[in-house]
Amino acid sequence: MNRYSIWSLVRNARSHHEQWQAAWRSPDPKREYDVVIVGGGGHGLATAYYLAKEHGITNVAVLEKGWIGGGNTGRNTTIVRSNYLWDEATHLYEKSMKLWEGLSQDLNFNVMFSQRGVLNLGHTLQDMRDIARRVNANRLNGVDGEVLTAAQVKAMVPIINTAPDARYPILGASLQRRAGVARHDAVAWGYARGADARGIDIVQNCEVTGIRRDGAQVVGVETNRGFVKAKKVGVVAAGHSSVLAAMVDLRLPIESHPLQALVSEPIKRVLDTVVMSNAVHGYISQSDKGDLVIGAGIDAYTGYGQRGSFSIIEGTLAAILELFPTFSRVRMNRQWGGIVDVCPDACPIIGLTPVRGLYLNCGWGTGGFKATPGSGWVFAHTIAQDRPHELNAAFSLDRFFTGRLIDEHGAAAVAH
Amino acid sequence: MLLIHCPWCGPREQTEFSCGGEAHIVRPVDTDALTDEQWGDYLFMRKNPRGRHLEQWVHTYGCRRWFNVERDTVTYRITAVYKPGDEPPRGVGPASAGREAANRDQPPEGGPTRGSDG
Repeated sequence: MNRYSIWSLVRNARSHHEQWQAAWRSPDPKREYDVVIVGGGGHGLATAYYLAKEHGITNVAVLEKGWIGGGNTGRNTTIVRSNYLWDEATHLYEKSMKLWEGLSQDLNFNVMFSQRGVLNLGHTLQDMRDIARRVNANRLNGVDGEVLTAAQVKAMVPIINTAPDARYPILGASLQRRAGVARHDAVAWGYARGADARGIDIVQNCEVTGIRRDGAQVVGVETNRGFVKAKKVGVVAAGHSSVLAAMVDLRLPIESHPLQALVSEPIKRVLDTVVMSNAVHGYISQSDKGDLVIGAGIDAYTGYGQRGSFSIIEGTLAAILELFPTFSRVRMNRQWGGIVDVCPDACPIIGLTPVRGLYLNCGWGTGGFKATPGSGWVFAHTIAQDRPHELNAAFSLDRFFTGRLIDEHGAAAVAH
Repeated sequence: MLLIHCPWCGPREQTEFSCGGEAHIVRPVDTDALTDEQWGDYLFMRKNPRGRHLEQWVHTYGCRRWFNVERDTVTYRITAVYKPGDEPPRGVGPASAGREAANRDQPPEGGPTRGSDG
């Protein structure tokens, strides 16, 4: 792998940037691997990367049915934060946050991680009580957090409407200063390049159509490019997790829903932080290009169609205009949908399955992007050691039978 | 946006309805004898198929009555609407998720499907 640096930039400038090495190879799948990762999204690529980096396992293939960066990794609103309520979730997302903080250097790829802060607004007395509780819980767990008054919110974000006669007046907010945004495509590309450089095969346009078992032991996967033998298989398929689990007759507590986002035309810089509101349900930031990045909610029905309803967009934009009346004449440029795998307790499932050698990482729902590094890190450990890391031990599929759910619905500011 | 045919009120916009998720989940009768696995399966596990899905809807801002819908989760096309207690037109189908392609040649039995695509 050619390292990226100011020197490589100068060197390649002399050859008119025509000699850059491809960021990753496009090999044909081999007949056999130690580990096959199903799903080449951010989480799958991060898993492969940490399998090689932390555990020395490099005979690995990542099988992606589409192309790298074409799924949810490239369809989210890029928000990164770790201000969850419950200990288990906080520790998992904070592990991720710590990895984010060194990720560009680690990958030698600029993921444009920008710790510009995330505000979670409170609009009612109960909102503010919940915010105080969550910030206190965060600080006890070593995660930064502050409670702001409406005046402090207004000082940070002058264009926000804090008028007391608003339909849902802003009473205050929580602020995590270490939170922010990252460039989602760069995260996928950086992990792909890092994994490839360590000898891992990234195979695109390779769809898994079946999981082959010998008794209770997984032996490989059927794909549209033939059978691939594998000692271990890690399924990281987001919205299609139920489809893959059904291949081994495993039922999951997951429902797949369309989740939409949209961006506006580029405008001058007006918003240098991330603003989220659970009560009116909208979240917004401004990209480095200047476009407003807006996240909507999920459709109530299940769907695999990568598109959602117009009524959801209408509701989201109404919420955004409630917060920022000045955006009323901004035009929206693009809108898209992704398929998110929603768990009943809004927490992921990361762990072993009843099939030996088959591991599951799914259920991230509407908020998986922020967890990309940590998810890959704990899943690589789970696969390599054949047991969960203490950070993901609580996130087993078993919790839906024991009742030990980790209820982050609503508790974590906004469920994204 | 879906155009949904309420069995009692006729075609109405999706915003009048609420989706109640997977249909035909029957509460176990002998609850004292259930294992944790059976309880977990009843409460949390879902088919979540890619393709034909049988689901419950309620006409929240209309007659407020529940009914069932057969819908394709890829095309979002509604292929049938039927009342609670009625059998789904093409049976309940296999117990687990998977790639069930809806039979798109069949005429819809709950009324026309124009505008049912998102």
